[in-house]
Amino acid sequence: MPATLKNQAAIVGIGETEYSKNSGRSELALASEATAAAIKDAGLSPSDIDGMTTFTLDTTDEIELARAVGIGDLTFFSRIPHGGGAAIGVVHQAVMAVATGSAKAVVVYRALNGRSGARYSEGVSGGPTTSDLIHWSWYMPSGLMTPASWVAMYSMRYMHETGCTSEDLAEVCIAQRNHAVKNPRAFFYQKPLTLDDHQSARPIVDPLRLYDCCQETDGGAACVIVSPELAKDLPNPPALIRGVSQGAGRDQESMTSFYRPSISSLPEMDLVAKQCWQISGLTPDDIDAAVIYDAFSSIVLWQLESFGFCKHGEAKDFIKDGGLGLGGRLPCNTHGGQLSEAYVHGVNGINEGVRLIRGTSTSQPAKNDHVLVTAGVGVPTSAMILGKA
Amino acid sequence: MSLSGKEREEFEKQLEAYVGIDIGIEDASRDAVNQAMIRQWCEAMGDACGAYTAPEAAAKSVHGEVVAPPAMLQAWILGGVAMATGEDDPRDKQRELHRLFDARGYTGVVATNTEQEYLRYLKLGDRIRARTQIESISEQKATGLGIGYFINTRTRFVDQNDKEVGWMTFRVLKFEAGDQPAAAAESNSAVPAKPQRLRPALGHDNRWWWDCVEKDELAIQRCSACAVLRHPPRPMCGECQSTEWDYVFSSGEGTIHSYVVIRHPEVPGYTYPLVVAVVDLAEGTRFVGNVVDIEPEEVEIGMAVQASIERVDDEMKLPVFRRAS
Repeated sequence: MPATLKNQAAIVGIGETEYSKNSGRSELALASEATAAAIKDAGLSPSDIDGMTTFTLDTTDEIELARAVGIGDLTFFSRIPHGGGAAIGVVHQAVMAVATGSAKAVVVYRALNGRSGARYSEGVSGGPTTSDLIHWSWYMPSGLMTPASWVAMYSMRYMHETGCTSEDLAEVCIAQRNHAVKNPRAFFYQKPLTLDDHQSARPIVDPLRLYDCCQETDGGAACVIVSPELAKDLPNPPALIRGVSQGAGRDQESMTSFYRPSISSLPEMDLVAKQCWQISGLTPDDIDAAVIYDAFSSIVLWQLESFGFCKHGEAKDFIKDGGLGLGGRLPCNTHGGQLSEAYVHGVNGINEGVRLIRGTSTSQPAKNDHVLVTAGVGVPTSAMILGKA
Repeated sequence: MSLSGKEREEFEKQLEAYVGIDIGIEDASRDAVNQAMIRQWCEAMGDACGAYTAPEAAAKSVHGEVVAPPAMLQAWILGGVAMATGEDDPRDKQRELHRLFDARGYTGVVATNTEQEYLRYLKLGDRIRARTQIESISEQKATGLGIGYFINTRTRFVDQNDKEVGWMTFRVLKFEAGDQPAAAAESNSAVPAKPQRLRPALGHDNRWWWDCVEKDELAIQRCSACAVLRHPPRPMCGECQSTEWDYVFSSGEGTIHSYVVIRHPEVPGYTYPLVVAVVDLAEGTRFVGNVVDIEPEEVEIGMAVQASIERVDDEMKLPVFRRAS
């Protein structure tokens, strides 16, 4: 029987710091607090943890974090590149480690002072001459150097081909804000957004306006992944990982894959989706809610198409009239997402996925058998499907 | 040549006489703290705080009335244009000290840092005076600009009741400008260097392409084995794995495949709103570059464009696109 990652591991603990614009402490402190909270939530103690994984972009070394939290010997540690594309890639690492016996209990973590420290919105500018910097050099001299500008380039083409408008993008922002309004962790808690607010906000990079762009946040989030057998002995209902996968597409660049025949779809996310469905044996009809990576509003639409919730170009119709709301076809980003809760590089989204399975989201849909969670767009990426035990 | 040995010892002894003395003149505000100057300063700095410029908002603020931005402190006592063009005041010991440095060849001067502390908000009608003391002079230092000495001053600001309202420390470097004329000329100028665009990082795989741009050529890499064109350049052909390649020159003709209008954030060295497009070149590859001489609203997907290589700042050349005629 071929090896499979279906039902090989479960998320049993989640933790996070408060999300703010100025944490007033180090990224190591944020990572430590989130990790300790996740371990406690799992009903484990730090010495039970023997694996750790995070983003290459994280500034906190796993060994520093292990020492701070009191985690002892580690038999597995790894890092995944490409920014937000790593969000579920790190879960993929943990599942493989648990499935192969390389580790028994793996912590996934991400912590950043994304607002008070280095801000991603400021874009790329320099650094050591790596293949990455040579890559950015095709764009920096012309001033195309921020995430918003790269995503806007795909968005303009997508909107041109499909007739999607700025008002359609606003639907995504408003649906998510409606969820954030009920979530006390969210920056936009109790602060609704109207179509008029969205349309009158300042343009950042045409066609994207202010509320089409995610926030910048100080905060940390972490979760703990163990085998389904170990999960049975732990206090919280496990979120079983039904399927998980990574993907990088042909002719891929990190954020600037402008040389493919079409730039209005996501071949790497298509690849991730195909594997998730194959591994889990599920179909889009089985998904009750989703946490869809939302660094920008437009990228939510393309992922709905990659995962087959609708055909290419039809996402604007899928989301109309509250399609992403609680009573809609696919309740989406029920925490408010990165547009309205916080930007913790998608790891806050993992925790929301687990809450949806546990039934504890502040915007909880009645049916919650399966939840899709995805990672960054425009980069090599990843996704998973969570299920009830 | 910087001073050494006995000469230097004598010079430094002369300097010592200046440490701790008051520079000998009092700077008094020519105008009382006033709304017009506050408004001009706030407009120049982009500070929209109502407590400075809007009497109604100020009345509701913790101040209860209009106050001056604390960072304006020094503005109230500056001497205006005459400072730069007028005669030196013979009583000014600081000028005297600088001339002493000049005579020994330390003609360069650059302000390196300043620190201010504000003891209270200034209100309309306050009259500010200031006295400055030469606090210390460093030993001879080798700096990036040249050999020189740091002079530290401390300025104490008082109001019409002789009550202290704030103070400022100021540090300048007097240095031998001769070794590095470019740096000295720059630091003596009141005009800061014009910001330039970000430069590309250059390595084995892309330097040749940028060298072509310097020669006004828009190159496209071509596999020598299977003749497939590729951009951006790579060391190996993805079709046939050949590492042999040459290049062809693009005609610069193309159509816009997609584009953006960048408005925020504004990075120094670029002009906004900034249009950047992915262009389908006639040769079949794509190129990402600026579209210029067009209103952002007029740019369209499918628009025919023509590339030309132009100087985009003081040094760098870059292919840019214009609407094809």
